Amino acid sequence: MARVVVDVMLKPEILDPQGQAVQRALPRLGFAGIADVRQGKRFELELEGPVDDAALARIREAAETFLANTVIEDFTVRVEEDGK
Amino acid sequence: MTTRVGVVTFPGSLDDRDAQRAVRLAGAEPVALWHRDKDLHQVDAVVLPGGFSYGDYLRCGAISRFSPVMETIIEQAKLGMPVLGICNGFQVLCESHLLPGALTRNDSLHFICRDQKLRIENAGTAWTRDYSAGQEIVVPLKNGEGRFVADEHVLDALEAEGRVVARYVDVNPNGSYRDIAGITNAAGNVVGLMPHPEHAVEPLTGPTTEGLGFFTSVLKQLVNA
Repeated sequence: MARVVVDVMLKPEILDPQGQAVQRALPRLGFAGIADVRQGKRFELELEGPVDDAALARIREAAETFLANTVIEDFTVRVEEDGK
Repeated sequence: MTTRVGVVTFPGSLDDRDAQRAVRLAGAEPVALWHRDKDLHQVDAVVLPGGFSYGDYLRCGAISRFSPVMETIIEQAKLGMPVLGICNGFQVLCESHLLPGALTRNDSLHFICRDQKLRIENAGTAWTRDYSAGQEIVVPLKNGEGRFVADEHVLDALEAEGRVVARYVDVNPNGSYRDIAGITNAAGNVVGLMPHPEHAVEPLTGPTTEGLGFFTSVLKQLVNA
């Protein structure tokens, strides 16, 4: 089965208090040198059929209308090949 | 004929019974609406209550927005039916694109629960006509994701068109842009509000009874229509 991955991230101009809290915790745990953290979501969609242009177009539509809120979030769609 | 105000129950709604109670105290007949039922049972207006519909999975309000009942509510709201979304209901209205902007995690990351002072900025909507512009009220506020955000040009348009319905006074509890606690659509029939007027309708349980005005407003609106 083919896997399509949709990554959803808050737009750069939207404050990400969760990412900030993670960033502030890192040095306390000894992880130095991390300038910024943004937290997002990853969706792994297993397709029944082939990953063709039509399937990807449908997934982009699903991402646009449902998986992401494009008022505050950006998304990317990519195909993950078998065995990777 | 008694005015019928529907209150939707989604899985995870919490404040549906309080909203029904507020509707009754205002003098209307509350009608329980179920998320899977497209039929609005001849209601004249709808309240989307607070809570954590669908466990706030994906994003607050994102799954409720596609429920069968919302299909009809979105359709009717566009035709002018009054709709009030409180807290989670406000989130559903933004996800439905009936209202602009979005509600995101409080800037403090803390869930905030307090009695909150608000200023009514627009007393011309279906849900605020029993207030006067500039009037200050105190109602409970309780949210984890109540921070209203929108593009600068959307915020400017909301201000210019008088579509900011209520603003936080003294304290901005969640980092909402321009202290915005509630907004309306251009027609004034759809209102989203983060604080909870339905918890301020009786002296026994509320800090004030100043929330009742939202529910008496819609009654007046419908009777005069």
